[in-house]
Amino acid sequence: MSSSHYLLRKFAFALLTIFIVILINFVLFRVLPGDPVRAVIGRNVKISAEVQQSLREQFGLDKPVFPDQFLMTMKQWASGNLGVSWSLRRPVAEILWSKLWNTILLIGLGQILSIVFGVVLGLLAGWKRKTALDAAALTFSLIAWATPTFWLGIILLAAGSTWLGLPTGGILSPQNVGKPLHTVLPDLAAHLVLPTLTLTILYLGEYMLIMRSSIVETLSEDYILTAKAKGLSQWQILWRHALKNAMLPIVTIIALNLGFTVSGAIYIETVFSYDGLGKLFQTALTKQDYPLLQGAFLLLAVSVILANMLADILYTLLDPRVKSS
Amino acid sequence: METWQRLKRNLSELWQSFRRNRMGLIGLGLVLSALAVAILAPWLTPYHPQQVIRDANGRGLTFAPPSVHPPLGTDDGGHDVWAQLVYGARSSLTVGFLAGFIAMFVGSFLGILAGYFGGWLDNFLMRLTDVLLVIPDLPLMLVLVATIRQMQLKISPLTVLILVIGLLYWTSTARLVRSQVLSIKERQFVARARAIGAGHAHIIRRHILPQVLPLIVANTVLILSTAILIESGLAFLGLGDPTKPSWGTMLNFAFDRNAISNGAWWFYLPPGLAIVWVSLGCVLLGNVLEEMLNPRLSGHHLEGEARILKHGERK
Repeated sequence: MSSSHYLLRKFAFALLTIFIVILINFVLFRVLPGDPVRAVIGRNVKISAEVQQSLREQFGLDKPVFPDQFLMTMKQWASGNLGVSWSLRRPVAEILWSKLWNTILLIGLGQILSIVFGVVLGLLAGWKRKTALDAAALTFSLIAWATPTFWLGIILLAAGSTWLGLPTGGILSPQNVGKPLHTVLPDLAAHLVLPTLTLTILYLGEYMLIMRSSIVETLSEDYILTAKAKGLSQWQILWRHALKNAMLPIVTIIALNLGFTVSGAIYIETVFSYDGLGKLFQTALTKQDYPLLQGAFLLLAVSVILANMLADILYTLLDPRVKSS
Repeated sequence: METWQRLKRNLSELWQSFRRNRMGLIGLGLVLSALAVAILAPWLTPYHPQQVIRDANGRGLTFAPPSVHPPLGTDDGGHDVWAQLVYGARSSLTVGFLAGFIAMFVGSFLGILAGYFGGWLDNFLMRLTDVLLVIPDLPLMLVLVATIRQMQLKISPLTVLILVIGLLYWTSTARLVRSQVLSIKERQFVARARAIGAGHAHIIRRHILPQVLPLIVANTVLILSTAILIESGLAFLGLGDPTKPSWGTMLNFAFDRNAISNGAWWFYLPPGLAIVWVSLGCVLLGNVLEEMLNPRLSGHHLEGEARILKHGERK
């Protein structure tokens, strides 16, 4: 199969999946009980029957659900109009956009740290296979996997705030909100320590395991034997020959894990009252703010789907063996 | 019933080698002890989880630290934490096990159909699992559960959780069973059965099922740990049943009612430890069983270690 054909297929699959997500979103919104006009303007707004009727026509709610209403909704979503939040009374897209960067900051930091530590520890564990270090690394990842994200967050929150005097939540102390960013960096960093640490511990185990098996496999390849025969030092073999190839699986795992990362963000932002998309999702859930909930779901799902597509494409570019299979 | 006798013999051989595996035995011990606690709950505590414990003056004991009585202290409302913990095992394990079994049935059924019949059905099912794999599962479940609740159907919150978890987590089982069936159906005894005129139902029941069943069991144990973790997460986010608190619901209460700022570690540590206890038990047990039963894993270390990650991505 040619590589352009392969890319095209990946692209088509991503589009199909996004379409399915949109369909799920649309259907779920329609099965909610009550007047759909209420679903658009909020439940507690008093309006006269005439206004209600004109809104009904304006939103196309007098037309059949399929295809008219569906197409209309699709057109709205495509133009970035995700409706108005019931609880916050602002456009959903605007709210999502304002929280997006906080979440990217948190997830980004957690991912970078866990990749760096995971790769280094996995490398050591695979290199010193069947030693105490290796066993400790495997045990750690097993326990990390069996631990609920939010519970680890709760423990670190309790321990960090009691013994280390770290902030118990939020993203900035109240007195620092609204000040220029460079003046509040230490405060921001103090708020980021615990949530980042929780994320790092959780993702670390996974990268470590992947790196470990990858390096173990790479070290059994013939070209490593050749390198040994050439008389290269262990360090040179590891650094110059093994690492580059062993890193390959990490690239895909990063993107494939984005769905898992999104779950982590929802739990961790809830525990640390961190003002991002995950906390927003949880708030929308408890306030039963459907436009917000659906908008957040759409944004998260589409980002994860696109990231998966990019990972596939990147992997094809990095590893020529994929194309032929 | 020669095939079933073979299965029985396989199982007893399995137990012989399982007995020598320390990790597997630890896992089994963790799971069985949790099950025992859930079943014996009324005999393990004199209190009901919703019963308020009062001091000599008749006032409710709020956030009382652990002592001889009550053994694990009380929560913000004066309820016994130990009683909540042992009764919580019932909710947590019921949701986890039932959801896990639904996932197992759906996954095995679809996996066998896809693997055995192939063609468009196989294609469709595999694309469907591809799609489910890339849609972020927690947001999807939250939106689903929230919508179902809003519809005010006469379904209990725990049933909603069981159905949503069970009907979303069958994909890894389906893929595993499918690939196994693909290799079994090419074997000679299947071809022979077909040659003497055996029908599809007969071949699946007598030849395919006994071969894939052990693998399904191992996979189910792994799915159980995922289901229990997911239930705890959804309950923590407030989607549990407040009248039948599970361990996740307890953590939701502890977090919302300031157990952390009150220093009431006895309220938020035990439920989390219980969740780790069971999910770790299932992972240890499931990994050992799968290693022993999945012929594809033997010999190839990479798959052996990457296995847990296939499930890991779905926490």
